Amino acid sequence: MATVKEYYQSQPRGMKILFALVGIGLLTILVRLATGLGATTNLSDDVPWGLWIAVDVLCGVALAAGGFSVAAAVYIFNMKKYRPIVRPAVLTAFIGYLVVVFGLFVDIGKPFSFWHPLVMWNYHSIMFEIVWCITLYTAVLALEFAPAFLERFKWEKTLNVLKKFIYPLVIAGIVLSYLHQSSLGALFLIVPQKLNHLWYSPIIPQLFFLSAIALGLAMVSLESIMGSRVFKREYEMGILQGLTKGVAIVLAIYLVVKIADLAVRGSLPLVFTSGAASFFFITEMLVGVLIPLALFARKQTRESVNGILTASSFVIVGIVMNRFNANFFTQAGTGTFYFPAILEFLVTIGLISLAILLYRLAVTYLPVFPEAERT
Amino acid sequence: MTTNNKTSKGVLVDLTRCIGCRGCQIACKSWNERSTKDTVMSGVFTNPPKLNSETYTHINYIEQPQDSGQAWHFVKDQCMHCKDPACVSACPVNALEKTSTGPVVYHYSRCIGCRYCMIACPFQIPKYEWEKALTPWVQKCTFCSERIANELVPACIKVCPTQVMHYGTLEEVLREAKKRQQDSPGRYHDRIYGEKEAGGTAWVYLSSVPFEQLGFNVNIPDVQLPSLTWASLNKIPATVGGFVVALSLIAWFRNRGSKGEQSAQGKEK
Repeated sequence: MATVKEYYQSQPRGMKILFALVGIGLLTILVRLATGLGATTNLSDDVPWGLWIAVDVLCGVALAAGGFSVAAAVYIFNMKKYRPIVRPAVLTAFIGYLVVVFGLFVDIGKPFSFWHPLVMWNYHSIMFEIVWCITLYTAVLALEFAPAFLERFKWEKTLNVLKKFIYPLVIAGIVLSYLHQSSLGALFLIVPQKLNHLWYSPIIPQLFFLSAIALGLAMVSLESIMGSRVFKREYEMGILQGLTKGVAIVLAIYLVVKIADLAVRGSLPLVFTSGAASFFFITEMLVGVLIPLALFARKQTRESVNGILTASSFVIVGIVMNRFNANFFTQAGTGTFYFPAILEFLVTIGLISLAILLYRLAVTYLPVFPEAERT
Repeated sequence: MTTNNKTSKGVLVDLTRCIGCRGCQIACKSWNERSTKDTVMSGVFTNPPKLNSETYTHINYIEQPQDSGQAWHFVKDQCMHCKDPACVSACPVNALEKTSTGPVVYHYSRCIGCRYCMIACPFQIPKYEWEKALTPWVQKCTFCSERIANELVPACIKVCPTQVMHYGTLEEVLREAKKRQQDSPGRYHDRIYGEKEAGGTAWVYLSSVPFEQLGFNVNIPDVQLPSLTWASLNKIPATVGGFVVALSLIAWFRNRGSKGEQSAQGKEK
């Protein structure tokens, strides 16, 4: 125990806080398992999906989209420039998915029946598709990230075998990501009368996919910048500017598709006539799409680290809002107000802290960044 | 997933006949061994105010101001047992099943508690046992499927003193609804609620006033809701095939000639 104590004491304050938040989160999860959803959450028959679904699942998966996007750029499109960020991006995705799996385990009413969809098949269910995508893609990500472990422990033979399968793995990862990102949108296809048509659309699966790519790439930029700051490395400006360009292009496509979709369905007037929904929709589009596009259009933004950091943060916040809105406005019709319970917040904060902690530990002890700094 | 109107059972609820005695509420609890939950005075007569995991059916008391004072409407609320139920398609593990005789039934041992059925249901029917720690189940009206299997009528229908509910095959039930509308001009609003909603339901309603005045959701589209998600799911094989081919081709095209370079990189590491 002494060594654990020494290790803890040797850590900077930020890490100590993370350890504490993870500890509190895990304890809260034990409380939830012991006492049930009713005792620990503000969920009800009127609002059965709350904070955990919105953040831990809908946003967690979207934030992981950087993994397949960067892998596709490097391996499929042979954009060698981005090779140094493949591992950090895949690591983020892998940790993201582990947290999603953990979050789902906590959220479902019967956690220990989590394996049922793998043996009881209803292929008419979007939820069935989602469970399979999570399972398979988590496995693919584990294999995509495995070389970091194999190099660390010098398992050359296994490493060489794995390297032979990198293309099939990357392609499988892209296909599964498309299916998974879009299926999270497809969840809402079955509620045309519940979800406001500002969000509801026959192409909501594709809109979720597009926005996830923008979000995922923005997340990779953010990580790259934070990584450089924490480990006192040079900023990778070439890579950052490329990522930024990617985010801007995807956002522009998203904006055009979104407006065209609203126009084709005759739903444009809803932008101003839906009361609270209008307000949240306009806010989401401003923060996640229009402000970042305006920022990216300026040369000063693209050439300064702080500019890229700010614009990327807008994208992340705005698209996270989009996932919240889709989930919330599906259930708003019952007129019941839902605000998460404190314990719900503690679990979500704990899981996010766990993700940051795992990332921090991985980049410290495994060759994640090219020069493999160890602190 | 098609329901046969000739063999599948249905119920016509003629709201003009209901006197609000709540006998059906009690009979339902009695037959299904449902307990009670704490309730509060809510300013209206509906009690409990909403369906819950212990209450499969209840009577909504609707007071309408009229020239001559007050008009009362009593609306029985329970699972509609859709012909092509959204909940059944939503459930990842087939815990919900549309039986050939009409009832939509729940198999608790399969359920994982994802609650997508509650999101998907257009009528807000499935309720959850939030208070249970490890084995919470979804609860909703069973259409007394065991009674139907033994050729008995559902408990609520059996006990109703004014024959609000007419039980039969779905075809016969719809015929009866139209007959009543024709036989008594002016008595009924011209819509049969449930005939088309969400592709049609096994329980259908007649009323003297427009259904929106009674709290019915009249915005439910006529489309079979599972067809909306199936339109996405049935594209998966083609999507996967297309993606794999396209990505392989792009990868081959973009990486042509750089193979030697890459394996050299691999050896360096």
